[in-house]
Amino acid sequence: MPHPHHTCTPPGSIAAAPRPLLWRKAQNSLLGLFSFFSIIIAVGGMGWILQTVLEQGIGVISLSFLTEPSKPYGELNAGIANALLGTVLIAGLATLIAVPPGIAAGIYLAEFGKNSRFAAALRFCANVMMGVPSIIVGLFIYVLIVIPSGHNSGFAGSVALAVIMFPVIMRTTEDMLAMVPDTLRESALALGMSRSRATLSIVARAARNGMITGVLLSLARVSGETAPLLFTAMFADSWPTSFFSRPTANMPVLINEYTMNSPFEQMNAAGWGAALIITLIILALNIGTRCLFRDPKNR
Amino acid sequence: MQHTDKLFRTVCLSCAALIALLTVGIFLQLGIHSSDAWSKFGLSFITSDAWDPATDTYGALANIVGTLLTTGIALLIAIPLAFVSALFVTEAPAWISRILSQCLDLLAAIPSVIYGMWGLYVLVPLVDKVLLRLIDEHRLLDIDFFRLLLGETCYGMSFLTAGLILALMILPYMSAVMRDVFRMTPPMLRESAYGIGCTRWEATRDVVMRYGIRGLLGGIFIGMGRALGETMAVLFVIGNIMEMPDGLLSSGTTIAATLACNFAEADGMQRSALFALGLILLLMSFGIQILSQYYLHLTRKNRGES
Repeated sequence: MPHPHHTCTPPGSIAAAPRPLLWRKAQNSLLGLFSFFSIIIAVGGMGWILQTVLEQGIGVISLSFLTEPSKPYGELNAGIANALLGTVLIAGLATLIAVPPGIAAGIYLAEFGKNSRFAAALRFCANVMMGVPSIIVGLFIYVLIVIPSGHNSGFAGSVALAVIMFPVIMRTTEDMLAMVPDTLRESALALGMSRSRATLSIVARAARNGMITGVLLSLARVSGETAPLLFTAMFADSWPTSFFSRPTANMPVLINEYTMNSPFEQMNAAGWGAALIITLIILALNIGTRCLFRDPKNR
Repeated sequence: MQHTDKLFRTVCLSCAALIALLTVGIFLQLGIHSSDAWSKFGLSFITSDAWDPATDTYGALANIVGTLLTTGIALLIAIPLAFVSALFVTEAPAWISRILSQCLDLLAAIPSVIYGMWGLYVLVPLVDKVLLRLIDEHRLLDIDFFRLLLGETCYGMSFLTAGLILALMILPYMSAVMRDVFRMTPPMLRESAYGIGCTRWEATRDVVMRYGIRGLLGGIFIGMGRALGETMAVLFVIGNIMEMPDGLLSSGTTIAATLACNFAEADGMQRSALFALGLILLLMSFGIQILSQYYLHLTRKNRGES
């Protein structure tokens, strides 16, 4: 005869203690309240930061602020135009350096190395590199480029940003290509296309929007990176005329110099102006990318 | 045709192999350039907190403890917030959830130097005005517990302030991963929980959380990795003095902040010591990455990633 208790007590302690309904409901609404509160903190924090930047920065922005180069303290009509141009050059060159190999590497992971151990190891390396602190990348490029060449340069800054972009582009390319259905690949190959042609003109085209999004978002991210530029591009109160051999002005380091390392109120204000400009650029890049290249299936 | 295919494959392969080269290279370079410091101080570099350019003695302990302390504070604040805000985003109606997700993504897009400025100009004065005044008025430092917790002398530029800013910075990253984890729970499981009369919190705690615990851990490690290596946001508000943390409201430094502050002017043994600090930070974030990849890898298929 089976034990009578055996069947009616389920394993575990689900039915162990009676829990009063009121307490359970109260717990539940507390959680609801807390989650609402935490969303307010996250979104409110963002709003607060943006509001501060806007409030502090809007006052100094004028046409001459945007068209004049930065000048040492005390000179009139100082602006940020050289830093703006420098950031465009540094980030632009970084994109040029990082995108072709990044996409090729992503293609390798998605098309040739789906199940191989070697590709898994490379994927792991990419993930690790995405997590490397950006200031470490700055140190790395310092010993790789600045020490051998003997000078800080905008080019070194570009390479540092490219090292940060490369694994990001590699992984997003892989993810986007992996979403393309295999039937598309098979149809292309069945039409007699070579593997390379099928990949480049059929598969990559199908994943184009996602790849462009990945590139633009990583560009937006590195445009505001400061730490890797501190020892590579550094800063200069001049136009970026010798990009490859001299320290080159750029927005993030200008902001750092003007707000953190400068005791002068006039420079602090200019730093806030620069902060407003770079924030607007980055947010515009982000929002624009998301609106223009949004994949309707993947929200 | 086969020739181009082969060429194409080789090009792609060599580009992909570049990432391995970079990974190895970064460890190697930091190792080589820090070798002077390691051979002079040995492992006592990690256990000593002396940092004296005059006598050329360096130790990393103050930096390591500072890094761990700011990261710890940030995680303590951000984990519960990220967890429940991810919950809110998954449970809310579709249009609210879409707007909130995008807000969180934008929060992640703001450059860290902006966080730092905001911290310096808004948060530090706020801590000064509110927290320090509170401590002053109530003479909290006369109580042993608070003196041990907060430090002998309190400043607005402190580990706590840095931790607060880091928490705000890593919140969107962790929340995004947790959101995906919540979404991957099969609706059937959740509905079964509701079906036997669970409240929303009970269904989350006993079903969703258990189902996705590895993904949640992966998300936490990702946030931790970011907090460990963050430079600019910390640099602005930590005070940058090379001392062991005395309490939550004492000034100090982290590895990344020390590097940013001192590297440009350093040379000789100090530079080597800074490279050694960099290597320590790299190893720390490498370890965290391995953990996060491990846990995320376990759940990757479920979250719908390749």
